[in-house]
Amino acid sequence: MDLLNNLALGLATAGTLINLMYCFIGVVLGTLIGVLPGIGPLATIAMLLPATYKMTDPTTALIMLAGIYYGAQYGGSTTAILVNLPGESSSVVTTIDGYQMARKGRAGPALAIAAIGSFIAGTVGTLMLAAFAPPLAEVAFKFGPAEYFSLMVLGLIGAVVLAHGSVLKALAMVVFGLLLGMVGTDVNSGVARFSFDVPELSDGIEFVAVAMGMFGFAEIILNLEQKEKREVFTSKVTGLFPRWADFKVALPAIVRGTGIGSLLGILPGGGAVLASFASYAIEKKVSKTPEEFGKGAIQGVAGPESANNAGAQMSFIPMLTLGIPTNPVMALMVAAMMIHNIQPGPQVMTSNPKLFWGLIVSMWIGNLMLVVLNLPLIGLWVKLLSVPYRIMYPAILLFCCIGCYSINNNVFDVFMTIPFAILGYIFKKLDCEPAPMLLGFVLGKLMEEYLRRAMTISRGDPTVFFTRPLSATLLAMAFVLLIIVFLPAISKKRAEAFAGDD
Amino acid sequence: MKIRNQRDFWSGVLFVVTGVLFMILSRQYQFGTAAKMGPGYFPTVLGGIMAVLGLMLLIPAISRRSPEVKVERIDLKVIGIILLAVAVYAATLPSLGFIVSLILLIFISSMASHEFNVKTTAISAVALLIFSYLVFVKGLELQFPFLPVFLTR
Repeated sequence: MDLLNNLALGLATAGTLINLMYCFIGVVLGTLIGVLPGIGPLATIAMLLPATYKMTDPTTALIMLAGIYYGAQYGGSTTAILVNLPGESSSVVTTIDGYQMARKGRAGPALAIAAIGSFIAGTVGTLMLAAFAPPLAEVAFKFGPAEYFSLMVLGLIGAVVLAHGSVLKALAMVVFGLLLGMVGTDVNSGVARFSFDVPELSDGIEFVAVAMGMFGFAEIILNLEQKEKREVFTSKVTGLFPRWADFKVALPAIVRGTGIGSLLGILPGGGAVLASFASYAIEKKVSKTPEEFGKGAIQGVAGPESANNAGAQMSFIPMLTLGIPTNPVMALMVAAMMIHNIQPGPQVMTSNPKLFWGLIVSMWIGNLMLVVLNLPLIGLWVKLLSVPYRIMYPAILLFCCIGCYSINNNVFDVFMTIPFAILGYIFKKLDCEPAPMLLGFVLGKLMEEYLRRAMTISRGDPTVFFTRPLSATLLAMAFVLLIIVFLPAISKKRAEAFAGDD
Repeated sequence: MKIRNQRDFWSGVLFVVTGVLFMILSRQYQFGTAAKMGPGYFPTVLGGIMAVLGLMLLIPAISRRSPEVKVERIDLKVIGIILLAVAVYAATLPSLGFIVSLILLIFISSMASHEFNVKTTAISAVALLIFSYLVFVKGLELQFPFLPVFLTR
């Protein structure tokens, strides 16, 4: 059995004392920072990324980063349940019933079932990843520049479909992101584009500065405008563990959520978000008491949380096999790999099997640690969240500034957050979601590069994208997605699905 | 002409202006041909697409059938204070060091809240200073100029 051999190799790599230790540190730090309101997984990883730069072994560094990722994701779910503040778009659904459970004093069971569901989903997700990554990497070797370009088009269209609000705005935001990605030295000609003779800009705009400005700072400004007090239910958290009756309804939801997440998570452009929405809809459909949804139904937490975690696991597949990040978090993982001189892509599995399988097994270990760590700590997270916002936000601001500075040890990146904070604020006021822009920004240079190569090979004939079967299939999928969202019936349903989850 | 959907209208304007701006800026770079694209090719095309998308947003927003959507009030004071705090932090970090710039950041940014209070801000600044020192300077060993430059000489 190849799969078993591979997993054994992974276990041997991830199971060394040093790797276990860093995985644990990653999970702890990720949870600790991710649980802060306003700091989602993206900002958490961005802040903690520099901590891994100095590690000599890239395997250890990536294992720690994966730990941070899971910790941050679970931390995001915690804030979603306790203060109705989703750390990222995929935990939006969790706020619906999770927050209601917390209001009824059932925050403990909600947090516990989220942790248990995430662990089960993570286990299945890891196995799926281990089983499907090698055959997909085989396919990836058949990819030429045209296929890569078409795949990125599909990924970007996927992000557009999943964005809230107007499709036109999301499309424009993607293009905006691609354009911002053009800033910096052009690899082919060596010309520094749109850099206005600023030396720091010739390396391009720092991703973390864009992400922190547009998400972190803009969010703080918007929160401060509202001047309302956030409710927290510290005193009421009683009875940490779910009752037997809770398990009986939650377990099937976890199983279904895991299945949905594993299927949809592989889609480029945020499959985890789609999976959590789909899971919520399905749980509501199959439930005998659909009227309880929105009022604290435990299935409404268990299903989407599992789907979200399985989806997050699967989003590693395109990153590891194709080297293409399908969401901003994966883009950071790619950046981290490049810093350690590893070019992500199908060759990683063959040239660096220890790293590849070690990382996969460490994901499962990370998920296990997460459960063990978080079940006893739930009480503490609740206390951390009871810190008033007026004390919390300067701290968040500080951590963002420190994180941003430490990427290049340069204050220029801190200054760069300012225009992006303004931009992020304006976009929010104009109902333009920043997530598609961020993905465009990440893919901009890659996309141009593959377009150029494909067009050079075809001698300027654009039909190459439609005559190669793989490329044509990918583009057709993107086209169908786009048509679907523009259909009046679907666009109405889509508006309903996203309504009221801001 | 009346702008009915203000959010769509202004985002349309933003996209058209930015798209055209990128097209103009790209003119200084070689355009090339489809088979041999110069550095100006892709940005010019993208700028064009963005401008078109902007127009598609902008035009329906002034039609009579469009629903009326207003842009929410913009709170310049909050934006100003928060971004000033970030700018001061970035400007003072290299010369005045970690301690001073941290305290400045916390105090300036705290003023953006309507519940600003000197005493709690001072306490949280000290707590954050100790926390950041232990975590970022000692723990993660991030490289910061720690004390003001004139003190370290």
